[in-house]
Amino acid sequence: MAEKTKDLLFGPIFDNNPIALQILGICSALAVTSNLSTTVTMCIALTLVVAFSNFFVSTIRNSIPSSIRIIVQMTIIASLVIVVDQFLKAYAYSISKQLSVFVGLIITNCIVMGRAEAFAMQNKPLPSFMDGIGNGLGYSVLLLVLGFIRELFGAGSLFGVQVLPSVADGGWYQTNGLLLLPPSAFFLIGFFIWAVRAWKPEQVEEDDFKMKPHTRVSDAF
Amino acid sequence: MAGKNESVGKTLLVAFLVCLVCAVVVSTAAVSLRPVQQKNQTLDRRVNILQAADLYQPGMDVEKAFNTIERKFIDLETGEYVEKPDSYDQLKAAKDPERSERLSGEEDIAGIKSQADVAEVFLARKDNGELSRIILPVRGYGLWSTLYGFMALEADGKTIAGLGFYQHGETPGLGGEVDNPKWKALWEGKKLYDEDGDIAIEVVKGSVDSGTPNAENKVDGLAGATLTSKGVSNLVRFWVGEKGFGPYLERMRNQSGGEA
Repeated sequence: MAEKTKDLLFGPIFDNNPIALQILGICSALAVTSNLSTTVTMCIALTLVVAFSNFFVSTIRNSIPSSIRIIVQMTIIASLVIVVDQFLKAYAYSISKQLSVFVGLIITNCIVMGRAEAFAMQNKPLPSFMDGIGNGLGYSVLLLVLGFIRELFGAGSLFGVQVLPSVADGGWYQTNGLLLLPPSAFFLIGFFIWAVRAWKPEQVEEDDFKMKPHTRVSDAF
Repeated sequence: MAGKNESVGKTLLVAFLVCLVCAVVVSTAAVSLRPVQQKNQTLDRRVNILQAADLYQPGMDVEKAFNTIERKFIDLETGEYVEKPDSYDQLKAAKDPERSERLSGEEDIAGIKSQADVAEVFLARKDNGELSRIILPVRGYGLWSTLYGFMALEADGKTIAGLGFYQHGETPGLGGEVDNPKWKALWEGKKLYDEDGDIAIEVVKGSVDSGTPNAENKVDGLAGATLTSKGVSNLVRFWVGEKGFGPYLERMRNQSGGEA
């Protein structure tokens, strides 16, 4: 059991990363990672929502009629997201202003729905909760890497504190504006996936089609 | 699992119970956290007024600093001061046809649909009582949302001292950069009017340097946020214009020293 909990918690970080392997939740990974403080808030919010939605869905999984199971999951997720949003507005007002719509958009984050449907519907509440935390961590690791790179090289700062003095402020560092724009996260996620798969080659998908060797090798010239 | 859960009655029952529980949880959170949220909003609004007036330092006592700022009401059409109770809410009044004017599409460049008859202004004074800043509440449509903010003018009524928004729903990282201190700093010292006294202030695409003609009337656009920049440009022009604070500002300029 202990071994299994560990798998549930830490498996999704590199072995089964929700973004890098399952390719879920890309949208928010692009949107909120232009600076670290919003990134961290988003990671905490998403982890809490996945964990608790998994927990509650799993608790009532045996009573959910399969014809309305998706909408029941959605209702639970949406309620949790609203509660999280209300808390942010009350206790982290300036960050919630920066995150604006993206906290609300956790409702449509594929990771949350995906884990509720794929894991929580078949498993007991406690492992489901752990699975939620694990997937939240997997999401967080990738977002923090993105947020770190984007803020450091895009704005020359970390958590809003200037680390590399930028040219605009009289320093030497020419900030890279592309990194502050959402598309840069696509490149970075691509590099991240490449790095993880180079390290763990078992994650590389098999080719859909096998290339045949050339049948004629001579007479080319 | 199939069978016992699939009857119509059970489906309705589960749906009802889930909704009931979720509704209770959501409304409890919303109602119990509302006082804290409202306090945050008031504080944030005050901080924004102070920031627009360039009177804000991080960590200062906002309540105390706000005491030096006087809130007044003006009739937008005539530009004269009028008396209103403290509880007057300009945004509510703008929605009430009795107390507002509907704007035609041509007039309404800021996209606010209707303008209240009476608006609030905040006057910041120096220690000797001399007027230092006129702070005007402004709002207008950007790309996704109405931006709400404050614009501070120098006592001369034609030089911008600061501009800041306290509420908007523009894309973070793009249009959301209206909150960027560096961009806000660009507004400082810009002139509202050209030499002929016409409204000339605008946000232009790209950046403005000292070589640009009429650079004193122009502010850099936000990269990747053309429509938000356009919205900000329009709303500033609207609020200093005829349907906004135009008559009031004209009156302020005509009075020597700008004192009311």
